[in-house]
Amino acid sequence: MCLCPWWKFIIQHKMSGIIGKKVGMTSIFSADGRNVACTLIEAGPCVVTQVKNVDTDGYNAVQLAFGERKEKNTPKPLIGHFKKAGTTPKQKVVEFRDFRVEFEGQVNLGNTVKAEEVFVEGDFVDAIGTSKGKGFQGVVKRHGFGGVGGQTHGQHNRQRHPGSIGACSWPSRVFKGMRMAGRTGGDRVKVINLRVLKIYPEKNLLLVSGSVPGAKNSFVILEK
Amino acid sequence: MSELLKFVEAEYNEVRAKFPSFRAGDTINVHVKIIEGNKERIQQFQGTVIQRKNPSTNGETFTVRKISNGIGVERIFPLLSPSIDKIELLREGKVRRARLYYLRGRQGKSAKIKEKIKHHKD
Repeated sequence: MCLCPWWKFIIQHKMSGIIGKKVGMTSIFSADGRNVACTLIEAGPCVVTQVKNVDTDGYNAVQLAFGERKEKNTPKPLIGHFKKAGTTPKQKVVEFRDFRVEFEGQVNLGNTVKAEEVFVEGDFVDAIGTSKGKGFQGVVKRHGFGGVGGQTHGQHNRQRHPGSIGACSWPSRVFKGMRMAGRTGGDRVKVINLRVLKIYPEKNLLLVSGSVPGAKNSFVILEK
Repeated sequence: MSELLKFVEAEYNEVRAKFPSFRAGDTINVHVKIIEGNKERIQQFQGTVIQRKNPSTNGETFTVRKISNGIGVERIFPLLSPSIDKIELLREGKVRRARLYYLRGRQGKSAKIKEKIKHHKD
């Protein structure tokens, strides 16, 4: 893999999708009268900044970019990359592997991809985002430990502690991967099978059922 | 709230406009659609509104309290639910709080709410 600086902005994916921004949550009533919690996502329009194919790159992929970015805050090599596609600098660049295979050839460098072209109402999508950072957290919040489970019977001040982290003279060490306290949240999280409830093409909005990882105004990658 | 969220929630403005404006302390009659098998009928629930929660959002609910055979019954309705057919405002009450939880422990005269006197301008 190439180690050019802009490579770190690129995350690899499969299938078609779009980049969006989380707007917030609301609820709607479904046809059978259920109150469904849903997330509003401002999805696209994204610009195609690179088209990869088997001959030159070894695989088929489409690179999409979304979100305006000031030119002074963009690295020079990246400006050149966007200039090639004929667009202004963008904040988020994501590669979608085997993007819209059925329409191959219609996605060209510099094209815009809109939400209504990729999804239809009723589709199941996966949403990828960066979860909210929680800082340094103990094992109860971080791994769902039960804590000690009591305050009496001689219990002093260890209600939310992990307890034992291993045996004694064997193995005389703590196993790798032992769940302990530490930085929590801020991870890349994928939530699968969210239903597209509604599409508002005039405002580039998507309403998906359920919750999506991350804070408001954070980037969300939607895959089909 | 974000402008885009307001735009999406504005779809329910029509439903919202269908109902009279009521608040905690008012006596209302809620007509609820009930589906039994493939038959639909209307059930009425009459009582005092003791709270309205999450106002002006899609998730807005209100709680109606009534005394049924000497037992207090409370029912929570989502305001925008399609199962609510009609809301009738029967009596406006004069209360000094938004949440009338104090009615829960009371019976008879002490659970009474004064009627709001309207001052009409001639």
